Amino acid sequence: MTVMEQRGAYRPTPPPAWQPRTDPAPLLPDAEPFRVLGTQAAEQTDPELLRTLYARLVHGRRYNAQATALTKQGRLAVYPSSTGQEACEVAAALALEERDWLFPSYRDTLAVVARGVDPVEALTLLRGDWHTGYDPYEHRVAPLSTPLATQLPHAVGLAHAARLKGDDVVALAMVGDGGTSEGDFHEALNFAAVWQAPVVFLVQNNGFAISVPLAKQTAAPSLAHKAVGYGMPGRLVDGNDAAAVHQVLSDAVRHARGGGGPTLVEAITYRVEAHTNADDATRYRGDAEVETWRRHDPVELLERELTERGLLDDEGIAAAREDAEAMAADLRARMNQDPPLDPMDLFAHVYAEPTPQLREQREMLRAELAAEAEAEAGTGSASGATEGGHR
Amino acid sequence: MTTVAVKPATMAQALTRALRDAMAADPSVHVLGEDVGTLGGVFRVTDGLAKEFGEDRCTDTPLAEAGILGTAVGMAMYGLRPVVEMQFDAFAYPAFEQVVSHVTKMRNRTRGRTPLPITIRVPYGGGIGGVEHHSDSSEAYYMATPGLHVVTPATVADAYGLLRESIASDDPVVFLEPKRLYWSKDAWNPEEPTPVEPTGRAVVRRPGRSATLITYGPSLAVCMEAAEAGRAEGWDLEVVDLRSLVPFDDETVCASVRRTGRAVVVHESGSFGGPGGEIAARVTERCFHHLEAPVLRVAGFDIPYPPPMLERHHLPGVDRILDAVGRLQWEAES
Repeated sequence: MTVMEQRGAYRPTPPPAWQPRTDPAPLLPDAEPFRVLGTQAAEQTDPELLRTLYARLVHGRRYNAQATALTKQGRLAVYPSSTGQEACEVAAALALEERDWLFPSYRDTLAVVARGVDPVEALTLLRGDWHTGYDPYEHRVAPLSTPLATQLPHAVGLAHAARLKGDDVVALAMVGDGGTSEGDFHEALNFAAVWQAPVVFLVQNNGFAISVPLAKQTAAPSLAHKAVGYGMPGRLVDGNDAAAVHQVLSDAVRHARGGGGPTLVEAITYRVEAHTNADDATRYRGDAEVETWRRHDPVELLERELTERGLLDDEGIAAAREDAEAMAADLRARMNQDPPLDPMDLFAHVYAEPTPQLREQREMLRAELAAEAEAEAGTGSASGATEGGHR
Repeated sequence: MTTVAVKPATMAQALTRALRDAMAADPSVHVLGEDVGTLGGVFRVTDGLAKEFGEDRCTDTPLAEAGILGTAVGMAMYGLRPVVEMQFDAFAYPAFEQVVSHVTKMRNRTRGRTPLPITIRVPYGGGIGGVEHHSDSSEAYYMATPGLHVVTPATVADAYGLLRESIASDDPVVFLEPKRLYWSKDAWNPEEPTPVEPTGRAVVRRPGRSATLITYGPSLAVCMEAAEAGRAEGWDLEVVDLRSLVPFDDETVCASVRRTGRAVVVHESGSFGGPGGEIAARVTERCFHHLEAPVLRVAGFDIPYPPPMLERHHLPGVDRILDAVGRLQWEAES
């Protein structure tokens, strides 16, 4: 006689409050990152889109090179390059409609520019003449966020607000593999899923958080798997395949716009250059590893697809490069000019109206500037007259 | 004003009414926080709002303070006017990064293009017998963070008036609600709220000639009591209620100290690195030649907030305030 039989009619019941929730199976990412280039799917992709992506990739690659050069010339304080990650940057911007919003992190200057922001204004933060140089409302691009993952809940709140107002606006928020360890990543994804907010989270898994490899960041099967715990779909994509990233993000944006809620997309890519110009990547990784990724280069992958299919010839390649050179020349010329600075701006935007305490400090600075100007005039070096007009 | 006797209302009721009236007046006002919907908040300040305005306007969020404030930032960027509730002072710390890195900086970093009209309501301070993590005085952290207004009412009328003004403000406001005053009562008519001085103005709650007690929020009532008790000692104490720590009303405070020549700052927050140090410095810098004695501070001790059975030893009380007044170098007078 078993123990259960001895207990007679007693049968344990499940805890009363428990009931099954979402079926996790459809939320799981595929086993392999989604790819388009070099597969059958490429032939179903609009050639015009592929050509546009290519032109933007070439443009982006050149922009990164130019910005890095500007750090060496002292024109930028620092530049976190996205070389090797251009496919994610460009696809993120192109997957959105004009009315949508982009929430970039500090490495996403390319996405910001691809969204239409002036290339010089996008670099204001890194030049250091102000923090955010562009008007977020002009192209619906939030400020480049330096504290990791802190911009993700903003994207959720904005998308939620848009939905409450009846606008079919989607927010796309960008974060790196390191950022997925932050608490704000967790809270943002959880809020987004609970509210079914129209948000797409794009994680660029570029292998490193400065020097720390992914293995020290997470024990999850993949970063895309994290989505399942929140009750949203997770998608894995080859982050160097611009067509694949564009398709996965476009699908997620459409899903969100249609009321389907958020998606987490993990793009597998690689930061070919160091964390910034101030970093030394040789301390934490070998050349061989970088070399394998250089052979999986996003620009070359797309170029090969286009040329092999006769969608792009040498002339087209030259035209894309010329266009990128023209952008770089313009960027160089404009960045080689000293930006206008007005120290009184320090007090202009802290509050809608400065507090009495700030008004006092503003007057102190004004007096210091006047004294400086007077001293300079006295020593005959009037050419260095105070910067900008004092208000 | 009507001449009919006005019934007393609690500070909590006045706060609820302020939220309700703000939501009725402006459809962009949204309340969000933990337990603010169905339950009406653990202090019942959001009572009835979800029922009247729907759960989209008064939303029970997941239990995550950084997420609450972080999403409020995005909502404000899209033109809403969020009022977030942090359940307790000490539960607001997870949201602190959003306060420091974004809420206070967004307007400035974008040259005024992205104002964030967010009100962060924080029940604060001790005196209610709360167990650990329920009685912090966190005002000094917020005061030390440029870009915020830091407002705290001490009367029922101010609770309504200052909260309405905070919600209407285009700048982020940390609205500190003294927990021990939630159930304090005052004659106050919700249909005809008493007009109050604007945010940024301190108010002399009790005129006097001997010395000025400078205080705010939970310590106002203690100071008023001390001022009454001080009469027996021959002191006629003036009491100034700051009402907002940022902006700070140097004018009203200094005018009072210049009249009395002596000042004591009173608050529950610890004295080291607390608001009193800033206030004492400001008064000394501006009123040095009017001062008969150093500006003194009566504050909580510089210790982690004590367990409830010991908190009365920590909180500034009437005796400690009068002891400080007694140390204001009265010998010079005789």
